[in-house]
Amino acid sequence: MKVLEGRAWVFGDDVNTDVMAPGLYFKSSMAEMARHCLEAINPDFAATVRPGDIVVAGRNFGVGSAREQAAMALTHLGVAAVLAGSYGRIFYRNALNFGLPALVFPAVATVQAGDLLRIDPVAGRIENARTGAVHTVNGIPAHLMAMVEAGGLMPWLRIRLQKDTVP
Amino acid sequence: MHQPAASTLTEKILARAAGQARAVPGEIVTCRVDLALLLDSGGPRRIWPRLKELGVGVWDPDRIVLCTDHFTPAVDAESAAILKLTRDFASHFGIRRFFDMRGIGHVLLAEQGLLEPGMFAVGGDSHSSMGGAFGCFMAGFGAIEMTGVAVTGEIWIQVPETLRVNWSGRFPRGVVAKDIVLFLCRELGMENGGRVLEYGGDTVRSMSIWERMVLTNMAAELGAETGLVEADKVTLDALRTAGREPAADACDWRSDPGATYAAVHDFTATELSPQVAAPHSPANSGPVAAFDGVHVDQAYIGACVGAKLSDLHMVAEVLRGRTVARGTRLLVAPSSVQVMADAAADGTLAAITAAGAYLLPTGCGACAALGAGVLAENEVCISSTNRNFRGRMGANSAQVYLGSPYTVAASAVAGRIADPREFLQ
Repeated sequence: MKVLEGRAWVFGDDVNTDVMAPGLYFKSSMAEMARHCLEAINPDFAATVRPGDIVVAGRNFGVGSAREQAAMALTHLGVAAVLAGSYGRIFYRNALNFGLPALVFPAVATVQAGDLLRIDPVAGRIENARTGAVHTVNGIPAHLMAMVEAGGLMPWLRIRLQKDTVP
Repeated sequence: MHQPAASTLTEKILARAAGQARAVPGEIVTCRVDLALLLDSGGPRRIWPRLKELGVGVWDPDRIVLCTDHFTPAVDAESAAILKLTRDFASHFGIRRFFDMRGIGHVLLAEQGLLEPGMFAVGGDSHSSMGGAFGCFMAGFGAIEMTGVAVTGEIWIQVPETLRVNWSGRFPRGVVAKDIVLFLCRELGMENGGRVLEYGGDTVRSMSIWERMVLTNMAAELGAETGLVEADKVTLDALRTAGREPAADACDWRSDPGATYAAVHDFTATELSPQVAAPHSPANSGPVAAFDGVHVDQAYIGACVGAKLSDLHMVAEVLRGRTVARGTRLLVAPSSVQVMADAAADGTLAAITAAGAYLLPTGCGACAALGAGVLAENEVCISSTNRNFRGRMGANSAQVYLGSPYTVAASAVAGRIADPREFLQ
């Protein structure tokens, strides 16, 4: 998995899945839902986020519903990785299952909006170009590495089915 | 002589489902799924296209339970198409346990007797934790991961630690399981990742299965892997009422004496007051008195957690001989067709409608801004549901308070957030 480089968007604690994928747009297309991603807390986010940008957030990012559209909205908008103090359990699994690297990053407070970050999700290396700081965190868990490297659960299932290891 | 180490209920279930002697917290295990709950929201509409892409079917149609609840009843072309696709999926794959417009999936599992102690179950919805009230391990997952389950019948779990939460003593009048769990959201916080909440103590033992389901449902809000209650006579009676004879060893599914807990919390129910969670978090809770006088535009009784027969009984108890305040609307969406029928038969619905409540169809509805009862900008709602995140029930500026069915009903009568104990003399 390649090293990622992108601008940081900074959010606080307890950003829940309802604000990433609002229920009001549940029946809409992914494109329409993504337009409203995080609008309740940052109305400019969806319109101005660029492919390759990185979401940096506080604790319990993605708390709440099982809706996979929360992680999908981020990938649809081109978000390349998420760094957060901790995660809601289902969001965390969903993100990795869509091949979106989500790393636990205790030092989120050192990041400012717009900082240029370089992330090696495998090695767990995070570099902030503005501060020059290099942080070492836990990379993607070993038992999920192959799945995430394959691009997520769907490509991984395809590989497993080809190997005929699925009953 | 080697003694087998003592295990918690969760560790025992995960070990059994993974086909190993023990499961140790922190360990990654791959579990065989006994039951998978799919809903119209994250079920067939998201899974079927992926199965087609992979060119495979479902691993075992008899281990799948499928319910329509999020988009029921259809209100536009989109929701109608989603429900149609869900029905087509059921017939295409031969899903025999398909409950179409019968109620909210988490409640149907209980009504139909589909869960039993020791089971390892998964659901495509965060409130799947509700099933843990039956002494099983049931947790929620996203549709992408439920796709994996549908294909392989397996899922990985990092064995969680167990947090034991004991409640002792009798509830004061007007205080119920919902008040416990709103209190816990504040006390334990919403970040209990990697942990299971095992509820116990004589207060929990004295609860009906439906009240226990409130505790396990909102393990989701507590951020836990799931919640559960060890099986006992209440569990077995609930299964028999649903027409399922429990296994002879059902009550053996409990934690061993000497099992290791991450922590044990002991709380007393006798001094608990009705709790209300203020916008925009279930953890933002406090005694009802702290919110006394807040004007209420809408009072909502609904969702898996808050519109079971036991909940409607609380509402009727408050409403008998009273009317909903002018300037306030009370919306009631019973959580299943069976609940609706039972409440009609025992006079509960008569008491609720006589008070001026507005009866809504069964389904997830306004809880997640999917059905009738959505809030306008700046409106204030008190709700028997489980989540009050910003925008959850409609407009981003709407203010949602959470409370027990007693508190919601009392607030509907008062037109402001009110202490139900004043209405239960």
